[in-house]
Amino acid sequence: MRHFHNLHEMRHSASLANKVFIQRDYSQGTACRFQTKFPLELNSRMEQALFEETVKTLNSYYAEAEKIGGQSYLEGCLACATAYVIFLCLETRYEKVLKKISGYIQEQNEKIFAPRGLLLTDPIERGMRVIEVSVFEDHGSGSSTPSSSCHSSGGSSSSSNSAAPGAGDAR
Amino acid sequence: MSAVMITRKVRKWEKLPGKNTFCCDGRVMMARQKGVFYLTLFLIVGTCALFFAFECPYLAIHLSPTIPVFAAVLFLFVMAMLLRTSFSDPGVLPRALPEEASFIEMEIEAANGNVPAGQRPPPRIRNVQINNQIVKLKYCYTCKIFRPPRASHCSICDNCVDRFDHHCPWVGNCVGKRNYRFFYLFTLSLSVLTIYIFTFDIVHVVMRSVDSGFLNALKETPGTYSLTTVLEVLVCFFTLWSVVGLTGFHTYLISLNQTTNEDIKGSWSGKNRVQNPYSHKNIMKNCSEILCGPTYPSVLDRRGVMPDDAPSLVTPATPSSTSDSTVPQTTKATAPLIPNEHTPDDAKPSIAASTEISTSLTEEGEESAAHKVPPLASPETDAEASIAKAAAH
Repeated sequence: MRHFHNLHEMRHSASLANKVFIQRDYSQGTACRFQTKFPLELNSRMEQALFEETVKTLNSYYAEAEKIGGQSYLEGCLACATAYVIFLCLETRYEKVLKKISGYIQEQNEKIFAPRGLLLTDPIERGMRVIEVSVFEDHGSGSSTPSSSCHSSGGSSSSSNSAAPGAGDAR
Repeated sequence: MSAVMITRKVRKWEKLPGKNTFCCDGRVMMARQKGVFYLTLFLIVGTCALFFAFECPYLAIHLSPTIPVFAAVLFLFVMAMLLRTSFSDPGVLPRALPEEASFIEMEIEAANGNVPAGQRPPPRIRNVQINNQIVKLKYCYTCKIFRPPRASHCSICDNCVDRFDHHCPWVGNCVGKRNYRFFYLFTLSLSVLTIYIFTFDIVHVVMRSVDSGFLNALKETPGTYSLTTVLEVLVCFFTLWSVVGLTGFHTYLISLNQTTNEDIKGSWSGKNRVQNPYSHKNIMKNCSEILCGPTYPSVLDRRGVMPDDAPSLVTPATPSSTSDSTVPQTTKATAPLIPNEHTPDDAKPSIAASTEISTSLTEEGEESAAHKVPPLASPETDAEASIAKAAAH
């Protein structure tokens, strides 16, 4: 549990980490874009440029997915002509880009974020509202357990060890 | 110990907090009230069945065999669009997980500063600038989020829906970002189908009466024939006005890139020089964005499997004594709400636990409220309002 070199292990203990949320940027409309402003909480962990580049790349992927142009018109008209049955066997462009995005996030986590004790969560898992960055407190120090060090995320994490009846029950 | 409890995969749709029904293991998603949807299905299928059974054979022989073929294609398209609208996720925004909710809560507190006790805290509104236009984002107390622009909370489905248009009882679902296109194509194709059937019913009657005089046509043709024709003409006649009106209204909305919700509220009515910041100021561009724009994926991941292996990895490693001091109060508070079937388990992840708890809290609270208060008549008024609007335009 000390250094979280293992991404899988990090994901499982992400509920115990502090969270930083990167909000959506609506200045150019409702298209999916995230704010590139560097959160102060990450100041001691990583370089601003590195972080901004990641968010900008993500934004460019979303822009590619939501771009309205020849390809989306073609896709839309073709689908309409087949009463949208075609989507049962054909992947939409958006889905293709989403796969690319999850691959990119995985790669960034492995290369940049995990070694710094950070973890990005794919925005699709949070309803495209936020980019969630989990900040693992015991990065570097290695001695403290995650539960004892997560003090600021409040009630949600303090109840982590509590009796949680019915959380994963098979209803 | 948790491994023993979990007997089967729990999919995420089973834990979604909104008032929806799901079929086919989460593939199909609808509102809970489906009575009017069945009426819609019955009217469309019934009228078309009568048309195919009684008018089509005559018209195919005496006029052209393409008439039933085209009607069949149109009918299939209408049904496909109706089912697509009804069964798909309208663009529901998932509720905030406890961490995000507490983060937003902290931000609100930081923004509001210290509110003296007994004084009302300021309304939870966040201003954002969209295309140089200030838009207010309201906080949703149910979903614990600031609603994205154009999103609204549907009281019937109890979900925040992105680019919320309206809740349509006729299709038994909300109409939002993800199914507006299908909804529009449904109304459009349904109006064409209605006009088509209506026209050929008249043609049928006229042709028969030309053959043998109008009164004779009604008399001579067997009783069921004239009865079904009259029935079809009546259904089509009344459907025609409302559906064609609705299509016209939505065509107008699409060309301005507005939603029914915004139109009813008069959000961009020109008062205070507020203009629609989402419009491209170009009718063609607006139409093509809505009808041929990207197909948005569902963010609910309804068929995804609930993560349940987290606790076994995490909690044994962490000494529970460290945080025990804060635990009891949450446990006590939530214990009475958990039904008997839930076996208490010591090792559970915090997220899952708190979502579950909040879920059961809200669900129980709202369900009891729903039992006391009879369902509102809002669906009808909603539809009527939009029809009335359509007529006005």
